[in-house]
Amino acid sequence: MVSTPNGFNIDNSGQRIVVDPVTRIEGHMRCEVNVDENGVIRNAVSTGTMWRGLEVILKGRDPRDAWAFTERICGVCTGTHALTSVRAVEDALGIMIPDNANSIRNLMQLALQIHDHIVHFYHLHALDWVNPVNALKADPKTTSELQQAVSPSHPLSSPGYFRDVQNRLKKFIESGQLGLFKNGYWDNPAYKLPPEADLMATTHYLEALDLQKEIVKVHTIFGGKNPHPNWLVGGVPCPINVDGVGGVGAINMERLNMVQSIIQQTLEFNRNVYIPDVIAIGGFYRNWLYGGGLASKACLAYGDIPEHPNDFSAEQLHMPRGAIINGDLSTVYDVDPRDPEQVQEFVDHSWYTYGEPGKGLHPWDGITEPKYELGPNAKGTRTNIQELDEAAKYSWIKAPRWKGHAMEVGPLARYIIGYAKGHEDIKGQVDGLLRTMDLPFDALFSTLGRTAARALESEYCSRLQQHFFDKLVTNIKNGDSSTANVEKWDPSTWPTEAKGVGMTEAPRGALGHWIKIKDGRIENYQCVVPTTWNGSPRDTAGNIGAFEASLLDTPMERPEEPVEILRTLHSFDPCLACSTHVMSPDGDELTTVKVR
Amino acid sequence: MTAKVLVLGIGNVLWADEGFGVRCVETLAESYAFGPEVRLLDGGTQGLYLLPFLEEVDTLLVFDAVDYGLTPGTLKIVEDDEVPAFMGAKKMSLHQTGFQDVIATAQLMGYCPEKLILIGCQPEELEDYGGGLRDVVAAQIAPALAIAVEKLRALGIEVREGRTESNDLADPSILRGAYEEGRPSEDEACRVGDDRFLPQGV
Repeated sequence: MVSTPNGFNIDNSGQRIVVDPVTRIEGHMRCEVNVDENGVIRNAVSTGTMWRGLEVILKGRDPRDAWAFTERICGVCTGTHALTSVRAVEDALGIMIPDNANSIRNLMQLALQIHDHIVHFYHLHALDWVNPVNALKADPKTTSELQQAVSPSHPLSSPGYFRDVQNRLKKFIESGQLGLFKNGYWDNPAYKLPPEADLMATTHYLEALDLQKEIVKVHTIFGGKNPHPNWLVGGVPCPINVDGVGGVGAINMERLNMVQSIIQQTLEFNRNVYIPDVIAIGGFYRNWLYGGGLASKACLAYGDIPEHPNDFSAEQLHMPRGAIINGDLSTVYDVDPRDPEQVQEFVDHSWYTYGEPGKGLHPWDGITEPKYELGPNAKGTRTNIQELDEAAKYSWIKAPRWKGHAMEVGPLARYIIGYAKGHEDIKGQVDGLLRTMDLPFDALFSTLGRTAARALESEYCSRLQQHFFDKLVTNIKNGDSSTANVEKWDPSTWPTEAKGVGMTEAPRGALGHWIKIKDGRIENYQCVVPTTWNGSPRDTAGNIGAFEASLLDTPMERPEEPVEILRTLHSFDPCLACSTHVMSPDGDELTTVKVR
Repeated sequence: MTAKVLVLGIGNVLWADEGFGVRCVETLAESYAFGPEVRLLDGGTQGLYLLPFLEEVDTLLVFDAVDYGLTPGTLKIVEDDEVPAFMGAKKMSLHQTGFQDVIATAQLMGYCPEKLILIGCQPEELEDYGGGLRDVVAAQIAPALAIAVEKLRALGIEVREGRTESNDLADPSILRGAYEEGRPSEDEACRVGDDRFLPQGV
């Protein structure tokens, strides 16, 4: 057994289980764990299995185009990368955006947060807790009673409604064509819900599918198109013409009214469906408080949603910024992404080289040079690894650290930091949730805590959307229709050399882009994405990252059916596509599980 | 102006031949004129974001790089019930996991288009991050478009020579020409893929 500097005990002597999802929508992720004789996880190894060299392909491009490339990195958070990119360029060149652009960007970023959170919960994560096959056994009348008890304000609650959904589900499952629910471990005892709760949650899976189509219309309205909205260095590319009728692309009253209606619908869904579902489902799993990992020790957030344009000071951000280390919630440190001593990436356990061991590099000086080699204890071949050697290099993900600490990022990190800072809205939500569920504060440091924080954040984001919508409308009514500042559009106005950083909170956590511009072109570009923080391999000192830490000490019902591993990894909403609910090259289950 | 036909290119333009579908739609817009009932869309690697576009049409035509295990550059066309089955079959494209879920979801919700056509091309190289289409695959764009036009005309859709202005294509900076021209050399930018995930001889 080994104790890591960041306070975890790992023991790799037990049976090794390999969970290797095979999809590459945005990247691969593989996980290996050792379980002891009682089926409890005692060692966890998380690895990103795909080279991703976006940084190097941006060399020599026009900085004003970088957003369009970064938008393609990820199949999920396109807009967040684009926003981070334009912020990095604006920071480098000292470009100030107008007030309306700030409100519109916030509305788009919040729409993305909410969309991602809802889709993540209902269409990816819920199936780790909810069993749609079991829903076929539910009594619609009892389900209706449950619905009314759980959320009296939700209008869709009649026995007939649930009977219709059940019939539709039955027809679908019986048709046999269905991949959506095909890969679950539906008879695993890890599933605890009664059939009625399964039917209620599966019904909301369908309601969420309809709603998510509405949420993203905000992107079409302000970004001109979907699924790849337009962005602009200096502001937003949509003109405002409130008196216009149906003008191409311009924001008019009709479109603003549509945005208002979407915000209202989304807010109601968050309040009447999403949060009540998390509470109801969580209630059946209230003793399953595993998966906290780093959350109680070290959390990081860059913060986002600035109240005023161009002001990223911590007190002006609606989503909190800060760092907590060593489990001390009484001190929240401020975070400076420019400080070369704060954010650094290490590659001793990653398939990259800096030329010398033990070195950490700040992203402005980042190098992305691959070096693929397996450790002496790895099993298999270079093209077909059976088992990784975590004592050597074992991942395509670098290991970012904040002042040397491995950090968790994401909704739970944001909420712990917000709570510790006394953020009024966040504190109110968290205290309310814990009171309703009759759980102590420490229950937050868990897989369920992560899932609950995401639901609370979705509701908070809806309220912020309303705030920025009102702000935008007021500003327009006061005669300000400016949406972009193009004073420094022409590269001849730029300095010969410049560097900048763009930060956002992506749905899955702190996202930073660091750019160096020389002679009007990109000289260096480095992205440190949330899943790099959470999924990072070990560092030189032996600290383990958030994914690895979160899996430790979790008991598995059936080691050959890794429901518990997936539940916890999914709770991070990893953007390295990590899902059992999609198909493999063989057309059946995505995840191969090997027990050795 | 409700579109009745969605012509969708899917794939990731950053991964060499993975960009086939998106490049097809781009080229289609540059070569043919369609009426307002046809929407040309760069779907990228998006999943559920594409649902609203499926809902508004009766016909869906998809261009995609699909690993059928054939000779690189081979086109294969499947229709209707075969489409989701094919997408779930052995040998699949990189993002189909996402798109076949989109089709399954549309079916579950009852708004999957009635007519489905998939024009797939066997890729040669997927493991070149930042790379462009290989010659053998690029050469199939024109034949793929010809097939698409023939299929659409057979459904009674008007297709003329010309251009279609579409707001739903990639930003000009990553359209094929700009993308290829602005790319750093292989010496400057390693573009090697991870050979563990090239399914050798599978």
